Amino acid sequence: MDKKIFIEPLFKNNPVSVLVLGICSALAVTVKLEPALVMALSVTIVLGFSEVIISLLRNTIPNRIRIIVQLVVVAMLVILVDQFLKAFAYDVSKQLSVFVGLIITNCIIMGRIEAFALGNKPLPAFVDGIANGLGYGIILVVVAFFREFFGSGTILGYPIIPAEWYIKNGGFYENNGLFILPPMALILVGAFIWVQRSIQKELQEK
Amino acid sequence: MDTNNNTYTVIYATIMVVIVAALLALASYLLKDRQQRNVELETKQQILKSVKLGGDSENAPDKATYIESLYAKHIAEEKIEKEDETLKLYICTMDSGEKMYIIPVHGTGLWGPVWGYVALKSDFNTIYGTTYDHKSETPGLGAEIATPEFSKQFEGKQIFTNGVFKSILVVKGGADPASTNQVDAISGGTITSKAVEEMLFKSIEHYLEYFKVAADPAAKADPTAKADSTVVLTPNSVNQ
Repeated sequence: MDKKIFIEPLFKNNPVSVLVLGICSALAVTVKLEPALVMALSVTIVLGFSEVIISLLRNTIPNRIRIIVQLVVVAMLVILVDQFLKAFAYDVSKQLSVFVGLIITNCIIMGRIEAFALGNKPLPAFVDGIANGLGYGIILVVVAFFREFFGSGTILGYPIIPAEWYIKNGGFYENNGLFILPPMALILVGAFIWVQRSIQKELQEK
Repeated sequence: MDTNNNTYTVIYATIMVVIVAALLALASYLLKDRQQRNVELETKQQILKSVKLGGDSENAPDKATYIESLYAKHIAEEKIEKEDETLKLYICTMDSGEKMYIIPVHGTGLWGPVWGYVALKSDFNTIYGTTYDHKSETPGLGAEIATPEFSKQFEGKQIFTNGVFKSILVVKGGADPASTNQVDAISGGTITSKAVEEMLFKSIEHYLEYFKVAADPAAKADPTAKADSTVVLTPNSVNQ
């Protein structure tokens, strides 16, 4: 199997920063690092398994109801993830509530199924799913790290900025409220794409 | 095989849907107990939060046990039998020995149910603390009712104004700071704010009769039945 299937989606062909898929959820769940990690994990699992299932079924799926079959498979996996979160990570599931349901509309999932799983064997499809999920996760974690650090002064809920630095305690520091708002996620994703494009010259349009 | 055949397509869709439905039903069946326990724990945590207990549960080594033991120590559940309904009331004994009466309130928000717990002091008038939660209100707008900033406003407010039950008004455009029964609504969350107001009125209303008796046992026809009920109030110990 080609190693590229796994390596490329992580950075060189990242679903968010290069293919610009899955932006909506990247903006929504990146205020704090913890939900971002859980979202990345959930998307990775759903994407990996839905690609395997679709790939196994790829020669039997009637072409005319192809998209519906894909949707049913993805929806089933999303509901399973939701049920598991409710049972084993209730606090996180409350925070993610709306967004877990929205995994199904994450364009990365339908995009990869159409582009990859329908034309490849199960194992490469699984690897492609996991790799794209991780590639999505990398962006989420980078964005959430900056947003939580500058917006709340914490990382994974642990305070990083010393309490006495804050103005309310007689210091000089104040958390940046803009980082908590959705526009900042867009700016950070934009900054990530900018950095990536200056490293990978072939992405630049002439 | 021709996968574009109509019969094939229909049979394929049917079989797939049946399999998926069976899998989902199985998962729901197996995980139900655990999910229910989480919901119950959440409820207990909210009840404790309305009397400002259990706020340090995040630091406890085992959150579930901590909440359960705190709940068992402080909260007694009581059922009030009325002719046509059974009301739930949670009675909390604080560390100081003071009693708090926690009323569960339910209502309908913009997108789904909203609910909460209102803790009254033993004068059955002054609010000690509240907590609210919602199923699916808009994040940043209606969902703000679940924040401490919103629920803190209710502390010290009174549900009776000049001896008449007026409940608490959630006022758009700024509450009168001198008033004892007004709090600020949430900007951009008018419908949810109004839902909270309505929920408080409608839910607390049912308890008024009980409060009257509890506050003044002599008012009841047979005073021996519930003598000094503010202190005793033998709960029908509901364990749920």
